[in-house]
Amino acid sequence: MRGAGPVALSPRTALALAGFVAIMVVLPFIANDYIVSVLVVVLFSAYFGQSWNIITGFTGQLSLGHALYVGLGAYTSAALFVHFDLSPWLGMPAGMAVAAIAGSLIAALSFRFRVGGVYFALLTIAFSEFVRILFDHFKWVGATEGLFLPVANLAHDDPLHLRGSPTMFYYFLLALTLGVLGLSHLLLNRRVGYYWQAIREDEEAAQALGIDVFRCKVMAMALSAALTALGGGFLAFYDNNLYPDTAFSLGRSIEIITAPIIGGLGTLFGPILGAFLLTSLGETMTNLTSGWEIAGLKQWFYGAALLLIVALLPSGIWPWLRRVIGLEESGR
Amino acid sequence: MLYLNIIIAGLLTGLVYGLMALGLSVIFGVIRVVNFAHGEMMVMAMYAVYLANTFTGIDPLLLLPLVALALFGFGYALQRLLINRYITRPEHEQFLLLLAVATIITASLLMGFGPDARNVQLGYAYDSFQIGALLLDKVRVFAAAGAAAGTAALWAFFRFTRTGKAIRACADNHFAAQVVGLDVKRLYAVTFGLGAACVGAAGCLMLLLVDVQPYISTDYTLLAFIIVILGGLGSMPGALLGGVIVGVSEAVSGFVIEPSFKSAFSFGLLILVLLVRPQGLLGRA
Amino acid sequence: MSAAPILEVRGLSKRFRGLQAVDGVSFSVPKGSIVALIGPNGAGKTTTFNLIAGAIRPDSGSVLLDGADVTGLRPDQACHAGIGRTFQLVKPFGALSVLQNVMVGALHATGNMREAREASWAILERLGLAERAETPAKSLTLPERKRLETARALATRPKILLLDEVMAGLRPTEIDQMVRAFADLTRETGISILLTEHVMRAVMALSHHIVVLHHGQKICEGAPEQVSRDPQVLECYLGHAPAGA
Repeated sequence: MRGAGPVALSPRTALALAGFVAIMVVLPFIANDYIVSVLVVVLFSAYFGQSWNIITGFTGQLSLGHALYVGLGAYTSAALFVHFDLSPWLGMPAGMAVAAIAGSLIAALSFRFRVGGVYFALLTIAFSEFVRILFDHFKWVGATEGLFLPVANLAHDDPLHLRGSPTMFYYFLLALTLGVLGLSHLLLNRRVGYYWQAIREDEEAAQALGIDVFRCKVMAMALSAALTALGGGFLAFYDNNLYPDTAFSLGRSIEIITAPIIGGLGTLFGPILGAFLLTSLGETMTNLTSGWEIAGLKQWFYGAALLLIVALLPSGIWPWLRRVIGLEESGR
Repeated sequence: MLYLNIIIAGLLTGLVYGLMALGLSVIFGVIRVVNFAHGEMMVMAMYAVYLANTFTGIDPLLLLPLVALALFGFGYALQRLLINRYITRPEHEQFLLLLAVATIITASLLMGFGPDARNVQLGYAYDSFQIGALLLDKVRVFAAAGAAAGTAALWAFFRFTRTGKAIRACADNHFAAQVVGLDVKRLYAVTFGLGAACVGAAGCLMLLLVDVQPYISTDYTLLAFIIVILGGLGSMPGALLGGVIVGVSEAVSGFVIEPSFKSAFSFGLLILVLLVRPQGLLGRA
Repeated sequence: MSAAPILEVRGLSKRFRGLQAVDGVSFSVPKGSIVALIGPNGAGKTTTFNLIAGAIRPDSGSVLLDGADVTGLRPDQACHAGIGRTFQLVKPFGALSVLQNVMVGALHATGNMREAREASWAILERLGLAERAETPAKSLTLPERKRLETARALATRPKILLLDEVMAGLRPTEIDQMVRAFADLTRETGISILLTEHVMRAVMALSHHIVVLHHGQKICEGAPEQVSRDPQVLECYLGHAPAGA
């Protein structure tokens, strides 16, 4: 699995990043509602992608069942809110804990039994699908009929209960995305990040250097799962409805991984770039074909775009882009 | 007696599953590429059969050789032109490549046929054979017979033909195969073609049993992987055995617990196998 | 040099299906010394290394490091105990820079990033890799990769360094450089070294003591001059007793 090493942000990069943040903060004041809601989708995609990046991009363990943690986070916080009136600010951490336990279990079981590579990937799918079918029959959370949150008053923002306008969610998601970015940068430059990448590059060598490979992998999985679940919680309160077939679906798992891979697996900015590109592509497609109503056309272009990227820029767009605009950094 | 009927129905369906998984076993076992477009190839074949049957009225079973041949060509071209470069690349790139191919196939089918389910109208769809107290659907028996025939043909190919033996050599030892002078690229293309042909044949037979719809492909890709892992990579009898086990357990669990649980059972089985005996039932350790 | 050995291998044995790869091998490495493990291909040298470093478990026998039993420990546990090793087929962390590679090793000895960085620079200087510090490891030449492999293992601050054919593929000047580096290393830090080698030039120049393996068994050991004249050793390398011996 390819990736890149940790880096101290060069002044140019830091400046570019600051500019980007500034634009994002100001955007809702100048853009219309449609743009804001599209950007919310972008930010969700970027956030999930970066969370997933931790186990797959940094540590090199391909997880294809990450929707499991989105679903667990979403259902936990939503169910606690609907049934017990528990504030999402308590419910979401609960969801993170549930996801962390699930992720640790799956990782521990798999790696203890030496399941790696594509078999591990299939295992993650199997667990996700298994839980999906379980939730299909889980009456307390609505089973196949779905779980519904009380409809929000979009005009009145209630951050305490996460009920409000897309703009409110926009800022939350922006904070989340920047937060996970900062966390990734921090971890990559600490011992744990070095160890994760060593494991990705060569497990045997890593172990010979004193790294407890098993423990590190499980930790990476737990963290990745917990962070993903946090996003899942926000997603539940944004969408206001949950169904097992969408929350835990393989389709969602695939959605989660496409942006970071296109952007650049294992890089710091890849997932965000990928999220912007992919969502723009999707929205452009939707707008271009809005008169035609051909089911599958958007999907076709999606697949074609994916194919092009994999064929021409397999490491992702960010590594190529930063070479082109001269932001080359050591090891990246 | 009811149970026996269910079990046998599951067994017959399982043989078709086995043929489908056989294609994957061949591809994965020899080329080591994760063919995430496996189910999509089968669905392609199913639609092809549907079209041919709708226009010409020919029975799917008779169309089988043609469809298998067409899928062979498709698989051969796909491997030769696209996939070959990715064999040595990291897993996630292979996966993404085939995911892209799968997405394009599904989207094309969706555009061409729409999301509604289609099926073939067979004259004998509601007939059954009666053996003592057993009641066997004719379609299921024919499908299973087709699967058995297809498997036998594949087995004979690998056992008795030069190309077949060459492919087995490649699977056993890629490097040595090259040293000995085998054209590995061509053999890989043939292998992929064969795998595609298997899955195409399975598609013909599957259409006798279920309706076709663009979105069923992913379920079958996963099912194929479950069966291959369950039966053991690189083992042809293993793929059949795995198929039968999955077919029977699906039928029984669907009846005993609830129909929607049948895939949960398959996934549970996969988890168990990967943790307890990752080389599968008949695979080499 | 003190009397107690840093490494003691007793009756180590390992069988692989039909082949007895290592058969009752016993030897020791005195503290602060350099011992070479030599023998023709297939003699069991790398297997012995793997047994000591925890990559495979022995069927029988024991390994003691500084008096403590380290037999059958996992590779990472062996590293905690003080065993550092290189691999015959080098395993660089390709996407990481040379410096980052060594830091992975250094982070075993300290959790402080600055300390680890400084220690890594010092090691890179010692092994002549300082100019390549920011280069991605995958861009290195083979000799550079071998030095990186050694630097990385060294960074874990081992008590004993196991070097698996680090001289292979090097030019004579490069070999001399490495020999000097290792000799200086042992002299200055007191680290012990166990190495396997085919490059006799390096073996003779470096080692204080040589152990010879053949078909998994120890057939001879002693000082370099002694071993190089031993008829059994010559026979196993040349295939026949030398004329006039």
